[in-house]
Amino acid sequence: MENSIKIDKVSRRNKIIAKVFVYFFLVLFAVIILIPFYWMVLTSVKSMQDLTVTPPILFLPFDRWRLDNFQSALNAAPYLIFMRNTVIVSFLSTVGTIFTTIFAAFAFSRLNFKGRDTLFMILLSSMMIPGEMFVITNFITVSDLGWLGSNNVSQTYGDALKALSLPFMTSIFYIFFLRQTFRQIPNELYYAAKVDGTSDFKYLWRIMVPIAKPTIITIIILNAMGTWNAYIWPNLVTDNVNFRLVTNGLRTAYNQLSGQVIYNEQMAAALIVTLPLLIVFFLLKKYIMRGVSRSGIKG
Amino acid sequence: MLEEKNNLKAWLYLSPALVLLAVFTFYPLFNAFYLVFLKDFNYLLREFDGYTLLGNFSYVVRNPNFKQAMINTFFIVFVSVPVSVMIALFVSVALNSIKKLQGFFQTIYFLPYVTNAIAVGMAFAFIFHQDYGLINTFLGWFNVNPINWVGTGASWGNAMFSLLVYTIWGGLAFKIMIFLSGLQSIDKQYYDAARVDSTPRRRVFTKITVPLLSPMILYIVITSFIGAFKAYATVVGMFGVGLGPAGNPKSMITMVALVYDALEHTGSIGAISEAAAASIILFSITLLFTIIQMWVSKKRVHY
Repeated sequence: MENSIKIDKVSRRNKIIAKVFVYFFLVLFAVIILIPFYWMVLTSVKSMQDLTVTPPILFLPFDRWRLDNFQSALNAAPYLIFMRNTVIVSFLSTVGTIFTTIFAAFAFSRLNFKGRDTLFMILLSSMMIPGEMFVITNFITVSDLGWLGSNNVSQTYGDALKALSLPFMTSIFYIFFLRQTFRQIPNELYYAAKVDGTSDFKYLWRIMVPIAKPTIITIIILNAMGTWNAYIWPNLVTDNVNFRLVTNGLRTAYNQLSGQVIYNEQMAAALIVTLPLLIVFFLLKKYIMRGVSRSGIKG
Repeated sequence: MLEEKNNLKAWLYLSPALVLLAVFTFYPLFNAFYLVFLKDFNYLLREFDGYTLLGNFSYVVRNPNFKQAMINTFFIVFVSVPVSVMIALFVSVALNSIKKLQGFFQTIYFLPYVTNAIAVGMAFAFIFHQDYGLINTFLGWFNVNPINWVGTGASWGNAMFSLLVYTIWGGLAFKIMIFLSGLQSIDKQYYDAARVDSTPRRRVFTKITVPLLSPMILYIVITSFIGAFKAYATVVGMFGVGLGPAGNPKSMITMVALVYDALEHTGSIGAISEAAAASIILFSITLLFTIIQMWVSKKRVHY
């Protein structure tokens, strides 16, 4: 009896030690994850004097924070224009993606047609092909459509928007993701609607889309985030500084190959670009995290 | 369950997506295999000088940066993927073992996923700054002299190390999310049985957790391999379009960078075909590795 109590005590103590160790590890790892953000914020508010001190200042009292770095970053490149462009392009590509995805997912989940399984397999297997293979021809295509301008005609804003958004107005991945949700909707609902004489189109928009709303919201957010992070394609199809999106705008603004980089201004600019994304994340955390863990979407 | 066939209607619903996919996905795929066989293709005039079987591939291979791109890409793939998968596995097991603050930690660990690769790459470049960076400050506490990680004339090894740290950091969020949701779906009965038998923790990890998580691990390993083979934005974020530290440009060049480098010079003869050849090489390598992994895992993955 006494012995078993002793063992209980020992095992409880071991358990507590293990718990403390686990929490210590998790906190340490959280610090490692947060360091780059902290360093970005800290650097962006340092004055030139506080920046060029060795060893660097790790904690800066609030009264020495210099917000004018943000002002000079905004003067160095038109970030508000980049953001407007990015918002417009993500709006266009997201609206396109939502419509094409909803219709295609409906056909795959609700309608019976010849070649459905074959088509499904073809789309599924094409998902593993690297996008670099498409970029080459897509570049030729948008240039043939005249959307990049030519030697004597410069690219117009409308053409730039088309070139930036049209190739991203559908996504095989989101079709599958939405199809999974659509398939979970019980067939009885469909038959009931049929008995009432509801058309397929009406059933899709009145019943299926509202039920699948969480998935659709997740697709909207992830798609918009993708535009915010897009670098390669915008870099290829726009030369005019006023047509750039945030990511390539940021990179081109600070692309000295050598010489002195103004780090505090650069970090202020990086923060300007990062902050909207983080705000959206904290507002819509539920949808983003659930979407990523359920669908396994690779960023 | 689905009554009469409804061919016309179905294709009508599919058509918006299919038209876009045909133009921007399937046609480009076939066209890449066409462009690669054109000899001296002049993109501006759309003229070419007959066909060649391997000519464009040999252009890519003879490109002075090709060898460096292969070495760098393989280095990134074979270091960053195993390391980040291991870290993510340990972190998610630890995270799954606690109840309090689990959501809080999960949110923090997810942050790298929602950031901009270029902006964070710039932050990492400054973390590795020789004089004002955090890494050298930290090393200085242990009396290590400042190291030139990413500055002018930084060595290949130092620059690669910094790039790997950034790559691993950036890849953790996604892996932790997937592993954690996998762990949460493991039936508690297995752990209860292990507890009754008072199985040691390490044995529980290797004999229960890892086998039951193996489908997730396979999925993560394959997607991470494909992702790492396509490394590019991380390099641009950290080193700019010079793709290397100042004074040592292109030393961090990757396979994907070869494609875009060729595309930057669309005016010069054969550049488009060279880009196509580079993209096909990239595709073949990723396909090969995916097949090998599927084949190896057939014996190891527990479903």
